[in-house]
Amino acid sequence: MTAAAAFAFTPSSPRKARSPAAVLILPIVVVNAIGFVVPVINLAVMSFQHIEATGAMTGGWSLEKWHDVATDDYYWSLLTGSLWTSFVITCLTLIVSYPIALFLHRATGTLKTVLLVAVISPLLLSSVVRTYGWIAILSDKGLVNSALMAIGMHEPLKLMFNLTGVMIGMTEILMPYMVLAVLSGLGRLDPRVEEAAMTLGATPFRTFLRVVLPLSMPGIAFGSLLTFVLAISSFITPKLLGGGRVFLLATEIYDQAIVSLDWPLAATLSIVVLVVFGLALAAYTRALKTIG
Amino acid sequence: MDDRPISRSLKIIAGVAFVFLLAPVMIVVPLSLSGEVYMSFPPASWSLRWYAEIAHSGKMIDAFVLSLKLAVLVTIVDLAVALPASYALVRLRPRGTELLKGIFTAPLLLPTIVLGLAMLIVFARLGLLATFQGLLFAHVVVTLPYALGVLSTALDALPLDRDEAAATLGAHPITVFRRITLPMMMPGVVAASALVFLVSFDEPVLSLFISGPRLTTLPVAMYHYVEDRADPLVAAASVVLVVLTLLVVVVVERTAGLTKTFVK
Repeated sequence: MTAAAAFAFTPSSPRKARSPAAVLILPIVVVNAIGFVVPVINLAVMSFQHIEATGAMTGGWSLEKWHDVATDDYYWSLLTGSLWTSFVITCLTLIVSYPIALFLHRATGTLKTVLLVAVISPLLLSSVVRTYGWIAILSDKGLVNSALMAIGMHEPLKLMFNLTGVMIGMTEILMPYMVLAVLSGLGRLDPRVEEAAMTLGATPFRTFLRVVLPLSMPGIAFGSLLTFVLAISSFITPKLLGGGRVFLLATEIYDQAIVSLDWPLAATLSIVVLVVFGLALAAYTRALKTIG
Repeated sequence: MDDRPISRSLKIIAGVAFVFLLAPVMIVVPLSLSGEVYMSFPPASWSLRWYAEIAHSGKMIDAFVLSLKLAVLVTIVDLAVALPASYALVRLRPRGTELLKGIFTAPLLLPTIVLGLAMLIVFARLGLLATFQGLLFAHVVVTLPYALGVLSTALDALPLDRDEAAATLGAHPITVFRRITLPMMMPGVVAASALVFLVSFDEPVLSLFISGPRLTTLPVAMYHYVEDRADPLVAAASVVLVVLTLLVVVVVERTAGLTKTFVK
């Protein structure tokens, strides 16, 4: 399998196969074949595998997991719930990220560099740490509720172990992706166009609405695609901030794989996630065409 | 050049958004200095007890050491694999270079949960589950795209004339690479190493799928701890990760340029 994969990527004649380029990329081809290509193909195969009630896999084939997923209302509600949650998270992320991107687009010099680093750095920090930070902010004795109690509230707001907490945490965690996508989209914006609109008497708000926003649509579309896709496949934050009370597609995949050990079912649900990916990508491509 | 001052309303809105973005990272620092037994913010008393607690927690120390070993080895393996590959793809450009680049970037595009599950199933059959080798291999697969990307960019930016001069003077290609190309692309190598080290050290998803009860990386140990208990111990561990992240950010910014690496 590995050797075959290696040869498929290199010129086919035996003399050429020993060429320096082939030798140099052989290690990465081997790593990718064993660690990526084979597992992913195997995953698709696994979703059609038969599993006994005891959990034993005897090697037979069956469509039962696909049948279960297609007919059980639980999985449909999981799917629609995950789609809706990811959609809301994407909208929220866009709303809080756009001003930062616009600000960064207009900022110059050291300020711009420092703020860009501040946007990128959280990307490199483990989502476990960032989720934990949100627990400190949102829990009953967290920052927000302590502040509310201090100004005279009696009951803490339930901001965690529910969908609200998951959405707040996910929004913040996905912000850097959206900021960077919108920022690169704003690169196309010629400041003279804005000036022209202002000179012609448009108010700043109207200039934003009619000039800046339409021109930044491609960046918004790309950022939204990225955010949506990452939102639907995240499970660390939904698990920790949801406290086991929020059920989404990604958390179900993890539970089935690690707790219930029903790998065919987990595999089937992952293929569903990949299909959603494909559809989101198709929607993005279409949106991009309409925007022009 | 756009020299218009930024409007005050944009400044305020962007400022609030920045606070929202950085709040969860910032809050772990004061929280780690809490003297309380349970998590509460702001803490009623201050102390270094949770740092002492970590130092005495065998589990967290073991997890930290494992993550450290893992990240160092992942970095070494990545360089050994990605350096020759980037040289081939940038300098030799064999047929299908673009396709190959796409294939080598693919592990980054696939949702980590899907990749984690895919690896879990295959690794179980190969006997790699809950083994150090399994973790190492999984981390190498996901970090290679970063290494390859940063190294290729660094190599691509180098002028060819010195390599050519050395080659004309009769130096063997390997000598040219070792004596000329590699030293010139050193900033890229440093940046790639720092990035790979950090991504491996911070990686929770694949590790959750591959690691076992007796083989736990730091992010996995923190995840399980937060699932069970709400006390400031994880805040102290988080501060360690935040400091490490900042260090890597500085290294990458000084060498390859952080913004250049992430904003295309």
